[in-house]
Amino acid sequence: MRLNYPTNVKIIKVPCTGRVDVIHVLKAFEHGADGVFLAGCLEGECHFLKGNLRAKKRVAHIKTLLDECGIGGERVAMYNLSSAQGQRFAEIAREMTEKVRQLGPNPIKIEKGSNN
Amino acid sequence: MIIANRKPFEEIVDMLKPYKRILLLGCNECVTVCAVGGAKEVAVLSSELAMYRAKEGQPIDIKEHVLERNCDPEYVEALIQVIGDREVILSMACGCGIQFVGERYRNIPVLPGVNTTFYGVTEEHGVWTERCQGCGNCILDKTMGICPVSRCAKSLFNGPCGGSQGGNCEVNKDTPCAWQLIVDRYKERNMLHRYLELQPIKDWSTSRDGGPRKRVREDLKI
Repeated sequence: MRLNYPTNVKIIKVPCTGRVDVIHVLKAFEHGADGVFLAGCLEGECHFLKGNLRAKKRVAHIKTLLDECGIGGERVAMYNLSSAQGQRFAEIAREMTEKVRQLGPNPIKIEKGSNN
Repeated sequence: MIIANRKPFEEIVDMLKPYKRILLLGCNECVTVCAVGGAKEVAVLSSELAMYRAKEGQPIDIKEHVLERNCDPEYVEALIQVIGDREVILSMACGCGIQFVGERYRNIPVLPGVNTTFYGVTEEHGVWTERCQGCGNCILDKTMGICPVSRCAKSLFNGPCGGSQGGNCEVNKDTPCAWQLIVDRYKERNMLHRYLELQPIKDWSTSRDGGPRKRVREDLKI
């Protein structure tokens, strides 16, 4: 397909989005990520039955936690697509990158930068 | 088990404002099972606090630790090796654990990270409900295994009040009326005649009304 998507998107592979726990995403932000998105299978098509639905609920919870601590819940998102939708993946990567760029850098990094 | 809720984040942040080196302490017992103060929740709160304080330009140094139990002296004693240079302990154990750790380590403040709420059960994953109030004089044998002390908003002993509507309590439409449950159970077991047995006025002195309670078994003392 030779599709392009922004180089700032780093992929972490997990067996299923159901494996992603709240702390994994929080740690990404704690270490300076500007945004995180979970790319799960289409709803109703989880090989493990409910993994992507569980991830969806966890993402909603993570949003509240990120809002609480001032990072901003809009920096995390859940998407559903099949492994055959490379085109859609590239589109989402661009969409998310654009969204996060508008939000600006992770506030932790801004604060650290201002101390230097 | 004892059920708790995490305190609102702003309240925790306010309590920790004066401190830089904190020990975030969890418990492996009840609060782990009700997903409020176990290793996972300690890690999540620690991450949230670290991000909040970094963003505010007041970085915080958090040590995470989870005790097997916070309500037994042998485990609390072991904490001495963990406290080190910490200025404060934020405990995510229940109220018993928070106090017990505070009694042992008097030179360091022990702050509550949770609001301890009730003795309950896991109805389903993520749902906990109250079952017992520790009144000190159990009557479950007379009420078909359903406790009117904890499950009736008024702790009534001789049938429902007028607020029992469609099997639910008027205090909260999602709460079943304890007396409806009891009567249903009487009917199921063909024992409705027991509903007519009047319960005498309860002596609440075995409950909180009698002051803080204590249990001693001389044969177990060392």
